[in-house]
Amino acid sequence: MWPNLPLFPERASTLAGRVDALYFFLIAVALFFTTLIAVLILVFSIRYRKQRQLKAKQIEGSLALELTWTLIPLSIAMVMFVWGSAVFFYQARPPRGAMEIYAIGKQWMWKFQHVEGQREINELHIPVGRDVKMIMTSQDVIHSFFVPAFRVKADVLPSRYTSTWFRATTPGTYHLFCAEYCGTQHSGMIGRIVVMEPSAYEAWLGGGGTEGSLSATGQKLFQELGCATCHRSDTQGRGPNLVGAFGKPVILEDGRTVVADETYVRESILNPGAKVVSGFKPIMPTFEGQVSEEGLVSLVAYIKSLSQTQQGTQKQNEPAAPVPAGK
Amino acid sequence: MATTVQPVEQQNYLNSNYGIKSWLLTTDHKRIGLLYLMSITLFFFLGGFFAMLIRLELLTPASDLMQSDNYNKVFTMHGIIMVFLFLIPSIPAVLGNFLVPLMVGAKDLAFPKINLASWYLFMLGGVVALYGMVTGGVDTGWTFYTPFSTTYSNTNVVTVAIGVFITGFSSIFTGLNIMVTVHRMRAPGMTWGRLPLFIWSHYATSVIMVLGTPVIAITLLLVALERLFHIGIFNSQLGGDPLLFQHLFWFYSHPAVYIMILPSMAVISEIVACYSRKRIFGYNFVALASVAIAVFGFLVWAHHMFVAGISVYAAMIFSLLSFLVAIPSAVKVFNWTATLYKGSVHFDTPMLYAFGFIGLFTIGGLTGLFLASIGIDVHVHDTYFVVAHFHYIMVGGAVMGYLGGLHFWWPKISGRLYPEGWAKLSALLIFVGFNVTFFPQFLLGYLGMPRRYAAYPEEFQVLNVLSTAGASILAVGYVLPMIYFVWSLRYGKIAGPNPWNAAGLEWRTSSPPPTYNFEETPIVTWEAYNYDEISEEKGVEVAG
Ligand code: HEM
Ligand SMILES: [Cu+2]
Repeated sequence: MWPNLPLFPERASTLAGRVDALYFFLIAVALFFTTLIAVLILVFSIRYRKQRQLKAKQIEGSLALELTWTLIPLSIAMVMFVWGSAVFFYQARPPRGAMEIYAIGKQWMWKFQHVEGQREINELHIPVGRDVKMIMTSQDVIHSFFVPAFRVKADVLPSRYTSTWFRATTPGTYHLFCAEYCGTQHSGMIGRIVVMEPSAYEAWLGGGGTEGSLSATGQKLFQELGCATCHRSDTQGRGPNLVGAFGKPVILEDGRTVVADETYVRESILNPGAKVVSGFKPIMPTFEGQVSEEGLVSLVAYIKSLSQTQQGTQKQNEPAAPVPAGK
Repeated sequence: MATTVQPVEQQNYLNSNYGIKSWLLTTDHKRIGLLYLMSITLFFFLGGFFAMLIRLELLTPASDLMQSDNYNKVFTMHGIIMVFLFLIPSIPAVLGNFLVPLMVGAKDLAFPKINLASWYLFMLGGVVALYGMVTGGVDTGWTFYTPFSTTYSNTNVVTVAIGVFITGFSSIFTGLNIMVTVHRMRAPGMTWGRLPLFIWSHYATSVIMVLGTPVIAITLLLVALERLFHIGIFNSQLGGDPLLFQHLFWFYSHPAVYIMILPSMAVISEIVACYSRKRIFGYNFVALASVAIAVFGFLVWAHHMFVAGISVYAAMIFSLLSFLVAIPSAVKVFNWTATLYKGSVHFDTPMLYAFGFIGLFTIGGLTGLFLASIGIDVHVHDTYFVVAHFHYIMVGGAVMGYLGGLHFWWPKISGRLYPEGWAKLSALLIFVGFNVTFFPQFLLGYLGMPRRYAAYPEEFQVLNVLSTAGASILAVGYVLPMIYFVWSLRYGKIAGPNPWNAAGLEWRTSSPPPTYNFEETPIVTWEAYNYDEISEEKGVEVAG
C-alpha cells in the first residue's frame, strides 16, 4: 500500500557526508542527554516516591554541581559550534574554477541558464564530479534553492545575486524544492536536478538548438541597448571601461569602494545613480523595465567574460581590440 | 494563627458581585485573569481547529482537501492565532495576572485599570485580526516576510497586521504592570531572595515584553504603511531591503519564544517544588538563569537567517551566541531533576505535566542545538525539522506548562477540585499524542520536506499519516480538560485553601480568594519553598 518509507535522505554531494557526520554526532549527544534526564527522573521519582520517602530531605544546592553541569554542556556546545562552523565554511565558499550556472526564481518556477546557452525550466542538468556554482536571483519575492540530497540551501533574493555551490557524487535525479514560502503555488515550485555522467552531459549540452552562449547573448544585448556607445573599450568613453572590471574593487564618487560583483553590475544597470564610479558623471540612464531578468543575467555573464578571457592576454591599460564597441 | 476552614459561601472574588457588568468593568486582577482565560481558551481551540485542517490536508500527498491558497491561509491563521492570541498571553496574562499579586502578598497589580485596558486591547486586537481573517484571510505566514507581504500578497495583510499591532500593547502593559508590582508591592519581609521562582521568571518575561514588543509593533506598522503607500523600506524595487524586515521581525520574535517558555518554566519550578516537598535545588542559579535567558535571548535573532544571505562571519557569531543561550536552559533542567533527589515525590496530575514538560522541553532544546550548528541548519532550515523543533518547545514546553499550571492552581481559582483520574488520563494522552504527532516531523525534515507545503512528494506520506494520527490523539487530550474543568465548577469537591499543602503565599488565603486577596497583609518571615516546615498531613492553615 505504501510506496516506500525512507527515513534518511539520499546522499549525493561532497557536502552531504560532512553534514551527516555532524548530524550523527549531535544525535548521539541528544540521545545521551535525553536518556540521562529520563533515567534520572524515573529513578529519583520512583526511589523517592512518597510511599517510600515520607519526608523530603532539604538540600540547598551545590556550587560544584552547578559548575559541572554548566561547564560540561558548554564545552560540548563549543565542539558543536566549531564543527558546525567548519562544515558551513566548506559550504559557503565556492571553490575557484567552479562551473557557473545562473538561476532565476519566480512565482512559481525555476529558470536556469547555462553559460553555454542552454535554458531550462524546473529542471537542471549537471555533470557528476564537477564543482557547480549557482548564481541566483529572484524576479519577485524571496525563494530558496534547496536540494536535500546535496544538503544545500540558499535563499534567492530579489535585486541581489546570492550563490551556493555543490559537487554531485552520484548520477541520478533529485528533488529541487523552494524552501522559502513564496505564495500560492509555493509547494508546486518543485524541480528536478539531473546529475549525469560527464559524457552524457556533454551530449546533452550539444543537443537541441540554442542561440549561442550566454555571454554571446549578453554581447548582443549590450549592442542593442546601446551600452557600447559609452562603455567603450578605450579610455575615451563617457562610461567606465568594462574590460577587466568584473570582480575588481571600484572606487565610487563618494569615496566608498565596492567590489564589482554580480549584484553591483545588476544594480548599475537598473539604478545607475546609486553607485557612481569615481571620475564619471551620473549620466547613465536606467534600463529598468527594458531588460528582463534573463537579459540581466546574460549581460552579467558577458561583462564577466570580458574579464575572464581578456585578462590573461592583455595589459590593464591596453584595452582589447574593439570587442565591445566594434564587432 | 488561624482557625477552621471557612465555609464556601464566604465572600470571594467570584461571588462578591454579580452580573455581566461587574465582570466587564472589574479591576480585580483575578477576574481579569479569568477574562483572559476564557478568551484565550477560545483562541486555542480556534487555532487547534486550523491545526487539524492542516493535518488532514497533509494526510495525502496531493492538495486535495483545500486549494493551495486556502491551505496557505489556514496555516497562517493557525500560526498567528497560536502565537499572538494564545501562547504569548497564555501564562503571563492568565496565571500571571491571577497569581503575581497573591504570590508577593499584594492586594492587586500596580495599575488595575491599565490591567483591564490591556484585556480590552487584547480583545480588540484579536477581533480585528479575526475580522481580517474572515474577510479574505491572510496568506503570508505568521512571519509576514517581505516583499511577499508588502507587495505580492493579495490578501488582508493590513487588517491582520493592525490586529497584531494592537495586541502588542496589551502585552506591553501586562509586562509593565507585573514589573512594577514586583518592585513596589511586595509584602513586608518578601525580599528578592524569598521570591518564588514563578515571580523571577515572570519578571524576566516582563522585561522582554516591555523591551521587545514595541519593535514588532513598529515593524508591522511599517509593513502596513509600505503596503498602502509603497514607501520603499522593505521592497528592493523601491530601494528598500527585504532582509531588514527579517532582522526587525526576529529581533522581537526570537525573544518572544522566551515570552512563551519562561513563564512555563516558572510554573514547573512551583510544581516540582510542591510535589517533591522541597526547595528547588540551586534556587539562586535557577533565578539567575531566567534573567540570563531574557538578556541573551535578545542577541540571537539572526540564527533564523543563516541561509538568508547574511555574511559568513555574522552567521558564525550568531551561531556562537545561540549555543550560549542554550546553557541556562540546560541548567534549569538539571536543577529540576536534582530537586527530586531525596524528595518525597507525589505523582499528582500537575507533576505528570511537569515531567512531560521536562521531557519534551529537553528534546526541543537539544534539537535547537542542531539548528544552532550552522552546517546542519543550512540543510534543515525551513523544513519540518524546524516545525518539529518549535512545536516541542512551544507546544510540548509552553502548553504543557500552561496546562500543568492550570491544574495546579485550579482549586485556588475555582475553589473546586477536578477529577484526578480524568486529569491523569489527559496528561498521558497529551504526552503520547504529542510525540506521535511531532517526532515523525524531525525525520520528515531531515529527509527534506519543506514546511508550508500543501502538497508533497509521495515518499513522505507514511510519516505524515503518522503525524496526523498523533494529532487526533492530541486533540482528545486537549478537549478533556475543557470538559472536566467546567464539570468541576459544579460537581467538583470543595478544595479548601490549600489542597496540595503547597508553600506559596497564595495558598495562605481562602480558595477562591477574597477580592482583596488577604484579610490582612501577610508578613513574610520564611524562605520560599519552606516545605520542611509544612507538615505532610495538614499544610499551612488559613490566615484568619
Ligand atoms: C494538534 C496540534 C497541532 C498540530 C497538529 C499542528 C500542526 C502544525 C503544522 C503541520 C504546521 C506547519 C504548517 C506549515 O508550515 O505548512 C504548524 C505550524 C505552526 N504551529 Fe502548529 N500544530 C498544532 C498545535 C499547535 C499549537 C498548540 C501551537 C501553539 C501553541 C502551534 C503553533 C504553530 C505555529 C506558530 C506554526 C507556524 C505557522 C507557520 O509556519 O506560519 N501549533 N502546526
Ligand atoms: Cu518559491
